[in-house]
Amino acid sequence: MSTIQIVLVVTFVVSAFVGYKIIDRVPSLLHTPLMSGMNAFSGVTILGCLAATAATGTLGEPGVNWPARIFGYIAIILAMINVAGGFGVTDRMLRMFHGEEHDGGKK
Amino acid sequence: MLPAIINVTLTGQNRATDIIPNMDPSKQIPYLIMSGILVILVLLGISMMSKVRLAVKGNLLGSLSMALAIGLTLWAFDIFSVVDLWIAMLIGTLLGLVLSRKVTMLQMPQMVGLLNGFGGAASMIAGALTLINPGNNDPFSLVTAGLAIFVGSLTFTGSVIAAGKLQQIFTQKPVILKNHQFWTVLSAVLGLVTVFLFLLPAYSSGIAKIVLILVCAVISGIFGIFFAIRIGGADMPIAISLLNSLSGVAGSIAGLAISDPLLVAVGGVVGASGLLLTQIMCRAMNRKLVDILLGKTSTPAATKAATVSGDEDAATPAEEEADEERSDNYLDWLREAKRVIIVPGYGMALSQAQEQVKQLADMLEAKDIEIDFAIHPVAGRMPGHMNVLLAEVDIPYDKLREMEEVNDDFVQTDVAIIIGANDVVNPAANTAVDTPIYGMPILKVEDAKHIIIMNFDDKPGYAGVDNPLYKAKKSKVALLFGDAKESLEKIRSDLS
Repeated sequence: MSTIQIVLVVTFVVSAFVGYKIIDRVPSLLHTPLMSGMNAFSGVTILGCLAATAATGTLGEPGVNWPARIFGYIAIILAMINVAGGFGVTDRMLRMFHGEEHDGGKK
Repeated sequence: MLPAIINVTLTGQNRATDIIPNMDPSKQIPYLIMSGILVILVLLGISMMSKVRLAVKGNLLGSLSMALAIGLTLWAFDIFSVVDLWIAMLIGTLLGLVLSRKVTMLQMPQMVGLLNGFGGAASMIAGALTLINPGNNDPFSLVTAGLAIFVGSLTFTGSVIAAGKLQQIFTQKPVILKNHQFWTVLSAVLGLVTVFLFLLPAYSSGIAKIVLILVCAVISGIFGIFFAIRIGGADMPIAISLLNSLSGVAGSIAGLAISDPLLVAVGGVVGASGLLLTQIMCRAMNRKLVDILLGKTSTPAATKAATVSGDEDAATPAEEEADEERSDNYLDWLREAKRVIIVPGYGMALSQAQEQVKQLADMLEAKDIEIDFAIHPVAGRMPGHMNVLLAEVDIPYDKLREMEEVNDDFVQTDVAIIIGANDVVNPAANTAVDTPIYGMPILKVEDAKHIIIMNFDDKPGYAGVDNPLYKAKKSKVALLFGDAKESLEKIRSDLS
């Protein structure tokens, strides 16, 4: 394995550990929004989709692998639905939570 | 812990100048530093989201760091000005936003399920493209790209099935085929075998490679289907949560394949925290994750219990009159009550009775009755589902109390009102060995002085276990069958 690959694997392990620790005690009140927030973050695969789609060739030059690029578009669209939809619904849900003191203000 | 990530990134860049393939060497160091900062922002966002007061801001911070991550990636790979990528992103963003505005709170579980599936599919395609694009021929890239296809594809099909079940496109009951276990394991093993076939020179180019990619995706997808169709009702929140974790893992593996530390880190965080959330839920249901993965729900109990209650239906016309008599008692209970706990369940969601629940609670509160809502961790079809529905009708979150916190209060409670909940209050969970709910911690409504149960019918809940509360003394338990919305309206008009 090259340096980057070792770095990548270590990054994976460390971030998994940190992720595990960080939500150790979440009130169940927030389970749904937290889950849909996590869901939005899992759309981070968009970064991979962008890089991989761009690597199918350069627009306007010969040698673009069009079938692959079209699949790339699909992947980008799906990933962005995941990201935008995820953050969107999470925001909507979280804005519904409010304590007694704000009760009169909303609605 | 946080500096550890930066350290990792920094030591990495000190050793080699060309760390990330396909990236301008002069951009690599700024890219890695920025990635480290973004990962910290993401972690900060997630930790803010686990606290009620900071959650909205945490979510905004999360979406901002995601936008920055996209910008950073476009800049680092010199593809900022590639127009078609922007068009595709724009389409996806618009569709996602429209979807997020249209969806109702009731549909939230299937929405999250579906979005998981999209994320998984995107990772699968990213993995496939990495294999197809030239220049990724080392064993590490080949295997991780194959794994991204494997995990991505099974996340996709599993999530689509789960979402379809929740939307009631498919049956909600667990579907168990002949030799289900065998086929599940076989498809998993075959899927993994195809991943390693990418290492063979025979599949390193041309049609053979493309065929192998398709075979890998299809077999992994079949594994996802076998996995998901077996999961029924009560276990659905756990399945959704697990698939959520998997979609993070899929992204992370795709990051390994294309050598993108930022993607690896964020995917890893999502995968691990999703797994923890899954475990928290398993604990709440006293189930082992392994049991759920292996589909150990005792379905025979479900059919048995259902027929028992069916027989009883036919045998009770004589008791009808007694029913009438008892159905008025509960009004007195409520009139005399000092303390009431409301227990919402999926039935409330189905009949869209949140508004009526709020009105009844307001009315009782106006009579100086203390009201609380007892929320079981797995009430509904996804974790925290009830909280979201009640928050939607402006019930303050400090009235929504968690199980461990509220359970001791039932003893001092005059009336427990159960609205469309069954399994989570079923005392059989303590006694009925060999049923799916045995050992699951429940809300101890039986400790309350009186209980009002509003359920659609007297059929057992999702887990299919008869609820002894239905046969309890009429001086203690009142049963109001039918649509929860109507039952609530009736109580309200009778009380006023």
